[in-house]
Amino acid sequence: MRAYLLRRILATIPVMAVVALFVFSLLYIAPGDPAAVIAGDQASPEQIAHIRASLGLDRPFLMRFGDWLWHILHGDLGTSIFTNLPVAHMIAQRIQPTLSLMVFTLALSLIIAIPMGVIAAWQQGKWPDRLIMVFAVLGFSTPVFVIGYVLAFVFALELKLLPVQGFTPIEQGFLPFLRSLILPAFTLGGIYIALIARITRAAMLDVLSQDYIRTARAKGLGQGAVLFVHALKNAAVPIVTVVGLGVALLIGGAVVTESVFAIPGLGRLTVDAILRRDYPVIQGVVLLFSFVYVLVNLAVDLLYTVFDPRIRY
Amino acid sequence: MKRRAFLQSAAAAMLPLTAPGLAYGAEARLLKFIPQADLAILDPIWTTAYVTRNHGFLVFDTLFGIDGQFRPQLQMLESAGAESDGLLWRLRLRDGLKFHDGTPVLARDCVASIRRWGARDAFGQALLAATDELTASDDRSIVFRLKRPFPLLPDALGKASSNLPAMMPERLAKTDPFTAITDMIGSGPYRFKADERVPGSLVVYERFADYRPRDSGTPDWIAGPKIAHFDRIEWHVVPDSATASAALQSGEVDWWEQPTFDLLPLLKGAPEVTIEQIDPTGFPSMARFNQLWPPFDNPAIRRALLGCVSETDEMTAVAGTDSHLWRADLGFFPPASPMASTAGTAILQGPRDYDKVKRDLAAAGYKGERVVAMIATDFPVLNAMGVVGADMLKRAGMNVDVLATDWGTVVQRRAKKDSPEKGGWSVFFTSFSGLDQFTPASYVALRGNGQNAWFGWPTAPKLEELRDQWFAAPDLAAQKKICEQIQLQAFVDVPFLPLGLYYQPTAHRKNVTDLLKGLPIFWNVRKG
Repeated sequence: MRAYLLRRILATIPVMAVVALFVFSLLYIAPGDPAAVIAGDQASPEQIAHIRASLGLDRPFLMRFGDWLWHILHGDLGTSIFTNLPVAHMIAQRIQPTLSLMVFTLALSLIIAIPMGVIAAWQQGKWPDRLIMVFAVLGFSTPVFVIGYVLAFVFALELKLLPVQGFTPIEQGFLPFLRSLILPAFTLGGIYIALIARITRAAMLDVLSQDYIRTARAKGLGQGAVLFVHALKNAAVPIVTVVGLGVALLIGGAVVTESVFAIPGLGRLTVDAILRRDYPVIQGVVLLFSFVYVLVNLAVDLLYTVFDPRIRY
Repeated sequence: MKRRAFLQSAAAAMLPLTAPGLAYGAEARLLKFIPQADLAILDPIWTTAYVTRNHGFLVFDTLFGIDGQFRPQLQMLESAGAESDGLLWRLRLRDGLKFHDGTPVLARDCVASIRRWGARDAFGQALLAATDELTASDDRSIVFRLKRPFPLLPDALGKASSNLPAMMPERLAKTDPFTAITDMIGSGPYRFKADERVPGSLVVYERFADYRPRDSGTPDWIAGPKIAHFDRIEWHVVPDSATASAALQSGEVDWWEQPTFDLLPLLKGAPEVTIEQIDPTGFPSMARFNQLWPPFDNPAIRRALLGCVSETDEMTAVAGTDSHLWRADLGFFPPASPMASTAGTAILQGPRDYDKVKRDLAAAGYKGERVVAMIATDFPVLNAMGVVGADMLKRAGMNVDVLATDWGTVVQRRAKKDSPEKGGWSVFFTSFSGLDQFTPASYVALRGNGQNAWFGWPTAPKLEELRDQWFAAPDLAAQKKICEQIQLQAFVDVPFLPLGLYYQPTAHRKNVTDLLKGLPIFWNVRKG
């Protein structure tokens, strides 16, 4: 197991290197000029050229890439072209909202979606199953921003129960922190809940048709024990797989959700950086997201061994 | 625990989650504001971005400030006067002015600041070009020795448009003008809280206790005493307009600088919200030509297109059918400017005859060359303007290739001097603050200095000559006369097509009062 873990961690290095090269090259060939954005609408071409030179943006590709890579290898993600702040500092400022949103959404989704999937499978073909699947289809097909606007309209503007926008750090109190996350988490969780509920249902249907379930029922176990103790654990592997893959959905969804709810997280940082062509920030955030995704997949692989003892590394 | 008891406990536990926010005891001393964009760059000399200019007015002070009549008034200065037939100007600082780091504001700080600003700003460049020597004769006296009279010196140093002539400590002002400063030490009424800044989300200012407002005059635009009524001002960056609108309606913020036009009807119906128009200068809009390449290197073609401009169509697309929000009689100067006139504007009025424009284009030598029209789709105003403008060119029979992209790409591509076939461009659509087009001094789009001109690079020696004459004009009447000639010449050279002017309203809670006209500035404003 330890050898496997080490191998997998080492394997992240070439993955990250490819990501780094890909991201840098993509940004290099993409249209846009941060110097022109910085200078403002009235700046002359001469002033823009001055700024471009002062930022080192007129240097050849290999020099810029080599320089950036050298700094990355020394743990320095660079400095934002616009704010002059270190990228690592900007990421650190933004990580709490995004992490909180993603963890809260993940927890909320699992708490809601798994029972939904289990119930749907248990009640297959009956009205609870159909109702849950209607919710699932809606969750899949409704864009994140539409869910966000509707929730904000109902719960913030009309009922005045929750804030429209913004994020309250946990240091300012747990309840305000929670209040600021409820609407964004339900917004971001919509598609995730739908996905997990459907996969849970499908996996449970497969497991519930197995002989050992019939045996469990025959020996008189209650419905709850059959569903949640015997069946769910054996259906967990595909569910965990989808939960892991779905982290990419969360990352993508966080970009939109953070914009709709004005949450100062990494998603908004990415969008702002892309619109301004703040290359060091884009590169830093994409590298971070890639790293997180690789780690999540590793965690999923390790979780397989918990749910299915037959799996060994 | 019984089920009912559990449910009761759970409901009780949820109550604080849905309770309104904390006590608002200090609310009247706190202003929450949504700016037009994120404050990405802090240095008001380094960029012309309006959001940075507005930030600059909080943190920095200026020697002069214009009033509602657009006349420069003393601001940081106690006195200013010209001697020796206008060749010598002596400016004297008010006593007791301090920077945010506690050091006194000295004349040498101002001299260094003027030099830095003058290296970047068009008006400043004109002033420094006329200056033989700029010195600090003592701690409070700034002396300009000029090569030729420059009667607009107070206007230049009091300009309210970008780049802001911000006074900063000498140690900062000596920074290369092409390197941004991030140490925000000014002498304005509010100090910048760098430790609370979250780029892209939050900017915080606190009242500068040692700020000394002028002890006389009336607050008016940038002139008069700057009385700060808030202990703390927070700029909350909300990129989504629907969210910003909801935040204003719910009272989570007090003031939204630039509500989008499509949300104005909704906000007008909100009981606690007031819509106000504080900027009487508006936003003149334009289709800017690239004059380096066909077809727009041909002035006759540019002139022919004047016949197809419908400012009404453009402004309706931009700001809707409420004609109070726009003007469709724009020449080359905004109507609020004393330099505005009707000289030559008849060609933009009356029914549009596209068949005649087609004939005129053919007579001018248009042979169906490809026209690359760049439209920034991420700004609703520019998108609407561009879509209507491109359609206008198509209806005039031009071979238009629309390049719909984001603003970041537009500003990069418009700097390219290559032909449209090699990644260049032919025309793009934009708008300025009216203040930037108020006079020829800061009007970059009316320059005709060829390769050094603003994007599009027109060569228009007559326009340049008239601009020089305007700087030397002895009085307002003479300036106005020259601007009439500039406008007539602009209808000959056509550096761009005027597309009309829209007024950008601002929206705030009803308890926010006493906003000054002009710019979103934060002195004098109070909250009940």
